Amino acid sequence: MTVKQLSVFVENRPGRLSAVTEALASAGINIRAVSIADTKDFGIMRIIVNDTDKAIAALKENGFIASAANVIAVIADDKPGSMASIMKILYNANISVEYMYAAFLNREKGSACLILRVDNNENAVEALKDADCTLISEKELSEI
Amino acid sequence: MAQRYWNEKIEKMELAEMRKLQSERLVAQVKHVWDNVPYYRKKMEEKGVTPDDIKSIDDLHKLPFLSKADLRDSYPYGMLAAPLSDCVRIQSTSGTTGKRVVSFYTQNDVDLWEDCVARAITAAGGTKEDVVQVAYGYGLFTGGAGLHGGSHKVGCLTLPMSSGNTERQIQFMMDLKATILCCTPSYAAYIGETLQEMGYKPEDIPLKAGIFGAEPWTQAMREQIEATLGIKAYDIYGLTETSGPGVAFECEEQSGMHINEDNFIAEIIDPDTGEVLPEGSKGELVFTSITKEAFPLLRYRTRDICILSRGKCSCGRTLVKMTKPMGRSDDMLIIKGVNVFPSQIEEVLIKDFKAAPNYQIVVDRVGTTDTFEIKVEISDDMFSDTIKDISTLEKKIGADIQQILGIRAKISLVEPKSIPRSEGKAVRVIDKRKLV
Ligand SMILES: [Zn+2]
Repeated sequence: MTVKQLSVFVENRPGRLSAVTEALASAGINIRAVSIADTKDFGIMRIIVNDTDKAIAALKENGFIASAANVIAVIADDKPGSMASIMKILYNANISVEYMYAAFLNREKGSACLILRVDNNENAVEALKDADCTLISEKELSEI
Repeated sequence: MAQRYWNEKIEKMELAEMRKLQSERLVAQVKHVWDNVPYYRKKMEEKGVTPDDIKSIDDLHKLPFLSKADLRDSYPYGMLAAPLSDCVRIQSTSGTTGKRVVSFYTQNDVDLWEDCVARAITAAGGTKEDVVQVAYGYGLFTGGAGLHGGSHKVGCLTLPMSSGNTERQIQFMMDLKATILCCTPSYAAYIGETLQEMGYKPEDIPLKAGIFGAEPWTQAMREQIEATLGIKAYDIYGLTETSGPGVAFECEEQSGMHINEDNFIAEIIDPDTGEVLPEGSKGELVFTSITKEAFPLLRYRTRDICILSRGKCSCGRTLVKMTKPMGRSDDMLIIKGVNVFPSQIEEVLIKDFKAAPNYQIVVDRVGTTDTFEIKVEISDDMFSDTIKDISTLEKKIGADIQQILGIRAKISLVEPKSIPRSEGKAVRVIDKRKLV
């Protein structure tokens, strides 16, 4: 159970983030989570949206380079130690996390959603499910 | 494809006969220039040469050279060899004042020029059944006028599009089933990119050939244009100083351009000493116009570096072949003391990294040190969602370019379409050192 994440190449110059978000807004796309990894000259904007295919089409039409990848969206209790326990589950299952960030997906009060990019989705999903963690599916995501 | 020639007698003439023709025309031309161009006559006198010394093509080396500086000194009428009342046309380069070359044509000059271009169109498979889309700029630039005239001569249906308005270009191309596209290679690449974005596949496009010139382009770029448009792409060469495109053209072998030797005698010289080099040597290309009436330049130094060869060509033409210019001394950049040709960079980018031919070289000087940056538009193939992969790619491009050039360049991957597209000659180099 994974969700799709969009990655967009963005140059570090004024107005580019505005252009990306504007392209998504005009296509009626809702952004659920966002993170930016950057270097001095460029960044990669990673986004979870409600309709990935439509979002990619909108970005390409506006001349951006974008691609999609599967990531894991896992619910963590909003309390000390919950993230540590998720990390521990993955560590014990020998999974490495390439990067992660938080999403605006609080289905209920007192919980937070983490987006995880790992080296092995299948094993990570299995390990998290075995530990009774709640994962969000692509379908659920589009309905939130 | 059947072998076809526009002027079979000339294009397949035996060398001895061609040299005889060239000698006759050269002797007459030298006399014509001596009588009508005081500027050149003075140069000949300074060298102690008179028309009597030029008895055949073997005496060509005795004549003084002309360079761009001479054209500047004699602007605008100094090289004119025919009465203005006999001239029917001028064409000009786009250089700024002082650097601009203005060339004059009599009706006969225009006819001979168009005849040269007709040979090029025929060599690219063009016949009167073809629809030729001329997307070179019209106006003072020789590109539009030259291909337009040649296309008429062959009897093709000519679409005088000029450059720009790419959407309209594509609409005409599709609606009127253009079969041959003529423009700069960078504009051809842009038209191809636009067609691809519109969802057209190479087999949907009616074009079968393209005749591209007026700027340097690499073999790698040729392959990319051919794949995108589903055509054979032919090179064409010329200078405003010698008339325009059509001085030399490619045949279906696509391995160098046949020079229209009945109109232009080509020599290769050592650019430093001016010494004529034997066939097969790499050096500066020099042209002598032996048929032009109004603007007959003798031993004009083109600044283009190339090789001439008379090896047998499978197309049957005997006309001498010149390689694609390996770089114009004008295009050469000296960065950190090293000679750099943009074509070397283009070759690496397209061949090794499948980069679209959209790149720009930015040179600047900080203190006394040159900075050298190459901006490359990122393609789908190059993109990865991790910073690490993209940084590795930038380093790999940098290392390959350093290996070719011997100096380090900063590689910057930039967003698609962020480098301005050109409808004429591409702006490959921004040299900020010159602005200071
Ligand atoms: Zn040939």
